[in-house]
Amino acid sequence: MSDKDEQMPSIFNGMLSLLRRDLALAIKRPGDILNPLFFFAMVATLFPLAVGPGEEQLQFSGPGVLWVAALLATLLSLNSLFLADYEDGSLEQLLVSPIPLSAMALSKSLAHWLTSGLPLVIVSPLIAITYQMSLAVTGVLMATLLLGTISLSLLGSIGAALTVGLHRGTALLSLLILPLAMPVLIFGARTVSLVAAGDGVAGGLYFLAAYALLMMSISPFATAAALRISNE
Amino acid sequence: MWKFFHKLASPPHFYRIAKSMIPWFAVPGLLLFAYGSYAGLFLAPADYQQGDAFRIIYVHVPSAYLSMMAYMIMAVSAGIGLIWRMKLAHAVSAAAAPLGAWFTFLALATGSIWGRPMWGTWWEWGDPRLTSELVLLFLYFGYMALRNAIDDTTKADRASAVLALVGAVNIPIIHFSVEWWSSLHQGPTLVKKGGPAMDTAMLYPLLAMILGFTFLFAALLLRRVRTEVLYRERRKRWVRDLILSANGKS
Repeated sequence: MSDKDEQMPSIFNGMLSLLRRDLALAIKRPGDILNPLFFFAMVATLFPLAVGPGEEQLQFSGPGVLWVAALLATLLSLNSLFLADYEDGSLEQLLVSPIPLSAMALSKSLAHWLTSGLPLVIVSPLIAITYQMSLAVTGVLMATLLLGTISLSLLGSIGAALTVGLHRGTALLSLLILPLAMPVLIFGARTVSLVAAGDGVAGGLYFLAAYALLMMSISPFATAAALRISNE
Repeated sequence: MWKFFHKLASPPHFYRIAKSMIPWFAVPGLLLFAYGSYAGLFLAPADYQQGDAFRIIYVHVPSAYLSMMAYMIMAVSAGIGLIWRMKLAHAVSAAAAPLGAWFTFLALATGSIWGRPMWGTWWEWGDPRLTSELVLLFLYFGYMALRNAIDDTTKADRASAVLALVGAVNIPIIHFSVEWWSSLHQGPTLVKKGGPAMDTAMLYPLLAMILGFTFLFAALLLRRVRTEVLYRERRKRWVRDLILSANGKS
């Protein structure tokens, strides 16, 4: 009995080693982290070119544009969340491992957030400056992105797990995730706009935090169920 | 009672029972629909503010209600199918999705046509119900797209069931957030809650239409589930016997 206990890796250790592995893989292939960031910056560049350079216009549309760009950039990186693991068979190893699959799913989501959401938060001030946002508004933008991208990573994991192994999964993934991501977009972008207009910030941030917590409690289980179904 | 449900879950049994059940929904549905259409279009008085344009509610309100009802049916039966591995429940879920999408589209289209004379625009982003209805349509599309993308029926059933359940958790949140978002918009909302009480001459046709639409929806759903069951069980013996006996008769 005690032998078995020793052999069984603890859930936390398992999650940690999966996280470490995913981060190591991401660092080995920096393109996976950088490409969505370039995409984010480029979409943010497209809008002023399309709608005109007026300062007032940019300040007005900035929060919305940056949030849509962040949402699309997150979506771009979601497709590969389980793909490599699926192709090289390590996903099956996760499925048969004694550690609960939902814990592993949470770890994968966290790794995805660290390699896609967090970098977005870090570069967002650079873009915000070009949109003439004040320091306070930039801070709120970062806060909303920080909370919102957590939800997006968790929500996206479900979609990525459902579409892993399907041909032409990218377009399908967007179709599945975008409607569900609407609350995050609405609260993220509107909170920044409200602050820019001189309103309070707490309500929106509370909502984003609450939504992130809700997703944290649903997503691992839904992702685990979806992974099992996709790998039948 | 339980035995009845257990028997209902068997596809051949359901196929037979559903056939006898359809008229019980279709006939009252058609009667109510006919009464509601006639009374709504001709007997009900014109609205003192909106004139005859208000009459579109006789299609709009039942469609909007059914668009949400269908999602609920879809999600609940998806959950039942996922938990108890009941094949019939998945068939119901698969059959409900296109119907729900259609009613959602109908609600959007009639809402848009109604909005033209009332609000002066075909589309008003400021109205939260319009926007969340549109999101609901996208959710239906996503569900059906996922189903179509997976070839294996069992796998498609279970994957789309997970999506339907995640969507069901999100729908109230989406609706709430869209409402919060639009409440910040400037401009008056023309359709108010708790507006002037409805005259009974207007109300009864509406209730008849809602009930009639529901009955017709049930009849259509049963019909679609029957077809779905037949298709899914196409390699089973009872389907072959059914077809052979049908051929023998003719």
